[in-house]
Order: sequence, then C-alpha cells, then structure tokens
Amino acid sequence: MSLIELSGIERRFLLGDTTVHALAGLNLQINAGEYVAVMGPSGSGKSTLLNLLGLLDRPNEGTYKLEGRDVTTLSPDEQATVRSTRIGFVFQSFHLVPRLTAAENIALPMTLAGTPATERNRRVAQALKDFGLDQRADHKPDQLSGGQRQRVAIARATIMQPALILADEPTGNLDRHTGDEVVNLLEALNAKGVTLIVVTHDQGMGARARRQLIMEDGRLKADLQQATMPNLAQISG
Amino acid sequence: MRLTDTLRFARDAATGYPMRTTLSVLAMSIGVAAVVILTALGDGARRYVVAQFSSLGTNLIIVLPGRSGTGGFNPANAITSTPRDLTIDDAGSLRRLPGVRRVAPLAVGTSEINFGGKLREVMVAGSTAEFIPIRNFEIAQGQSLPEEDWNRGSSVTVIGAKIREEMFGNNPAIGQLVRVGDRRLRVIGVLKSTGQGLGMNTDELVIVPVSLAQAMFNSNTLFRIMIEANSRDAIPGVKDQAMDTLKQRHRGEEDVTVITQDAVLATFDKLLGALTLAVAGIAAISLAVAGILVMNVMLVAVTQRTGEIGLLKALGATARTIRLAFLAEAAMLSAVGALVGYLLGQLGAFALRQFFPVFPAYPPDWAVIAGLSTALATGLIFGVMPARRAARLDPVQALMKH
Repeated sequence: MSLIELSGIERRFLLGDTTVHALAGLNLQINAGEYVAVMGPSGSGKSTLLNLLGLLDRPNEGTYKLEGRDVTTLSPDEQATVRSTRIGFVFQSFHLVPRLTAAENIALPMTLAGTPATERNRRVAQALKDFGLDQRADHKPDQLSGGQRQRVAIARATIMQPALILADEPTGNLDRHTGDEVVNLLEALNAKGVTLIVVTHDQGMGARARRQLIMEDGRLKADLQQATMPNLAQISG
Repeated sequence: MRLTDTLRFARDAATGYPMRTTLSVLAMSIGVAAVVILTALGDGARRYVVAQFSSLGTNLIIVLPGRSGTGGFNPANAITSTPRDLTIDDAGSLRRLPGVRRVAPLAVGTSEINFGGKLREVMVAGSTAEFIPIRNFEIAQGQSLPEEDWNRGSSVTVIGAKIREEMFGNNPAIGQLVRVGDRRLRVIGVLKSTGQGLGMNTDELVIVPVSLAQAMFNSNTLFRIMIEANSRDAIPGVKDQAMDTLKQRHRGEEDVTVITQDAVLATFDKLLGALTLAVAGIAAISLAVAGILVMNVMLVAVTQRTGEIGLLKALGATARTIRLAFLAEAAMLSAVGALVGYLLGQLGAFALRQFFPVFPAYPPDWAVIAGLSTALATGLIFGVMPARRAARLDPVQALMKH
C-alpha cells in the first residue's frame, strides 16, 4: 500500500474572473520511505501540491488517500489531528515563534497536542541533543544563526514522529554550506524511514532525491526514478 | 492544548508585545478604578448625610409651621391660608399625647453675645431642658436649662464649647453674667463639643429658655417643635395624633407640616443611592470603552500574528485551540486590568479618606463586584470576535503572510 495516493486531483483558483488551474488531473503515488523532490518553474503548482499533501488545502476534485485513508472528506478538526500526528512541515523562512525559546519552539506541536509536560521535556531534551542544539535550548530564534533556526524547525517537524515530512525550499534562505548540512539532516531522517518530500528550485538538491517530479502548469511533466540508486524491487527479485 | 499550556501561551503572547499590553491593561484599570472611586464618593456622601441625620436624635418627629406639599396654587388660598403661628402652647399640648417621651419647642434667631469687652455674633436657640436629650447633646460643665414653666423663662443660658473658649478662655464660665442681645443672662452650663453638624453648628450655639428667646426676637412663633417618640413603632401614631391635635387647635386647618426623621432619612438615602448608581453607570461606560479597546488590541494582534496562526494550524492546532488561546489572552488583559484598577481604586478611596477623615469614602461591595465582573465580561465578550477571526484564518494564506 502506498503512503500517498492522489487520483484525479483538481485545484482551481479564481483570479479576478479567470480560473487558474493550479493542479489539473493529477495522479500520483508515493510509497512509504521515499525521497521525492518536486521541481518546476514558479507557478507550476509545486506549492499547491505541497499544501494539499499537508492538508492545509483541499482539492476541488479528486481524492487523496494518506496511509489508505481518504483524508479529503475529513472535518477540519480531524485534518488538524492528522497534521499533528502524521505530517511534519519545514518552511523556507523557518516559521519559528519569535517569543519562544528553541526548546519551546521544538515542543510546540506536543504542547498543541496536549502531551504531558514530563514527556515533552524528555523528548525535547533528546531532540536538542540529536540536532546538536543542547547549548542553544534557551535561545530565542533571533539569537540563532540561519542554520540553527532551520535545525530547530526540523526538530519541531520530527518531534511528533510523523510518517511524512514536507519541506518547502528548506535551503532557500541558507548559504550553500549550511544548506548542505540541513539537507544531510533531512536525508538522515529519510534513511531512518521517514518519507521526505522536498519542493525546490535548486537542481543540485533535486538531483540528490531518488525520485524527481517535474511539474509544469499544474500537471506532472516527468516522474524520474534515479537510476543510480538500487531499486528495492530489483534487489529482492 | 492543556489549560496550563493555553494560559502560558497567552501570557507569553501578551508579554511579547509590552506596549499594546500595557495600554489595554491601563485602559481597563482606569475604567475599574473610576467605578471604585466614584461609587466610593457617592456612597460616602450617602453615609455622611445619613450619619448626620441620625445624629439629630432618635425617633424624632418634627413639626414645622405652614403647609407644604399638595394642593397647588389657588387664588382663595392666597388670601385665606396665611399659616397660623406655632406657639408654645401648641408644643405643650403635644406633651400629653400617648407614645410621646419628650417635646421641645424651638425658636431660633441670631444675636450678639458680649462678655468682658468681647463681642461675637451667635445663633440663639430658644428651647427647654428637654431639647438637650432630644438632640443627643451632652452637658460638659454645669447643668442644663431648668425644668420650669415654659412660659416663664429664667435669665439663664447654656453655651456651646467654642463660645465658651472664645469668650472665657481659661477662666471659668459657669456663674458668669453675659449679655445676649439686650438681656443679661447667667451661664449655667456648657455643651460638650460635637464638631460640625448638619444645619447648625452646636459648638457656636447659645441655648436660652424658649419664652426668653421669643421675647428677645419679639415674636410669638416657633421655628420647630421637636417630638421624641417612645419607640420606633410609635412614630407613625404620634405623627398622626400630633397632626390631629394641632389641626384641632388651629380651628380645623391643616396649617402645619409634620415630618419624621425616618422619612427625611429615607428620602436622602434614596436620593444619594440613586446618585451613586448614576455615577456608577457613567463609570461603566468607561469600562465598555475599555472593552472595545481590548477588542481593537486583539484584532491588531490577530493581524500581527497571522503567520503564527498559520504555523499553529500547520502544526496541528484545531480551530478551538486557537480560539481559546486568543480568548485567554483577552481575558488575561482584562483580568489584570481589572485587578490593577481595583487596587488603584482602593488606593484612591484610601487617599480620599486620609484627606477628608469625616467622609466615609468606602466603595460599596456591589459596585466593586459589578465593576470587576463587567470588566471581565466585556473583555471576554469583546475577545470573542478576534478569537473567531483568528480561528477562521486560511492556513495557506496565513503562512504566506509571514
């Protein structure tokens, strides 16, 4: 069973009196543990696709099955629960809450989910250690470097142990060196079995993904499986 | 989200923007402080007046000459109803009524007191020995007016504490002869100082027998007749009987007015109570304004934190969680404002009492409770709209606004 199954997805926006097809007739399957880069020019529907996958947006038509469950028909509160437990977001501009410390930002998804404080502290302490942020726990975001901020954001995205991480230009606001660090971090998470979907303009970064989705005008133009990576099916067969 | 987390989140959000938080707390606290201080003033005035009236004496019934109240103007009245004088005999006739403990006629006027070359203008009260217990006065030195025929009037006087001090200084006053108007009177008693009273200042009063006062002022009429009933329950009966007796004596004409102290007290109590309520109402308007300000501040907060709300939604916050967080923040602003305002108000009332010790400026409990609960309620009610707006934000749009 695939983790994500999109069939006949349509997403239209009304701009003035013209209808824009942000996504048109999209069919897509992504298996658990995959590493997918979504690429394409601006306005090709990459972000709309990511919002849709993250349940921040609803399609006008079509169905979206996440872990075999149709999530398009869920109520907003049920969708919030799915976002809370199954999906982690990493944004280009980090989206940290400026008045909260690094530790509090990492704990935020658990706070919102109502996790008890002791459990929260234990997991945050572990995450701070895993992401090399133990010295920065009580720093506010404006006291952190760009790379540290994105590490806090990734720690926050993974703290609920989601099945799926959606990253929207995660290196867009970082220099090449820290960008590489962040990508390595995300790839390490993927190696542990988390499905990783990255939206990027960066060819180099896209090339590192095992599967690349090239989008154009709301349609899937190409779906490339990386030849260099050994296919699981081939190994077992 | 857990309640403690919601509260901590709201607190951090409020303290994260110190300027707007301070301003809205200030507005709310001014509103509550206004309610507390203004009602303290209003209720203080009520208590002051009630206390003053009570000090006039207990179970008091007062007869005044002339008809007041209903009837309107009628040309016939203008000719016929010149009020008949109240006389000493009228007062004497009331002594025999059942339920009456004491009766004191009262004639007043101003005159001059003269002793040892010192001259001073004084208020002269002509009355009888019973006047002193009826009005709750006490004799500090010497004795009261003599018990004698009301129409006789010995040449004696009881003087107020301040008069004694000014005329005699450290010398003994009892037994001295003073000149009041054109009479020479012997000082037989000095009143205990009572401080400022309503209507007349007893410390500057000279009390003489009633017939002597009438002779001094060349008049037969009384200013008042004061009746003290045996008990509170006897008051209405005595009032009716006094009216009947005087009507009979005045050939069937109701040309006097009989009032009870209770009625006067109740009137003032009602009047000043209404005043306090009106003042509280005016102060409540400032509370409503503060509530609107909290709403405005919260609406700005929602706009300011649009990106954050989008993020919270992406991280799995339900609409309810976001609504509660913003509502908690609004409630917190108004609660802190209400508390600060309450303290400010109590401080203001305390300062008032320090500056004017005779004025009991305590805010009434109902006003404090109403002020605090109005503050909290307006804060919450005006917090609902911004909170709903925050909860309804589209996460995709909200995230783009960061």
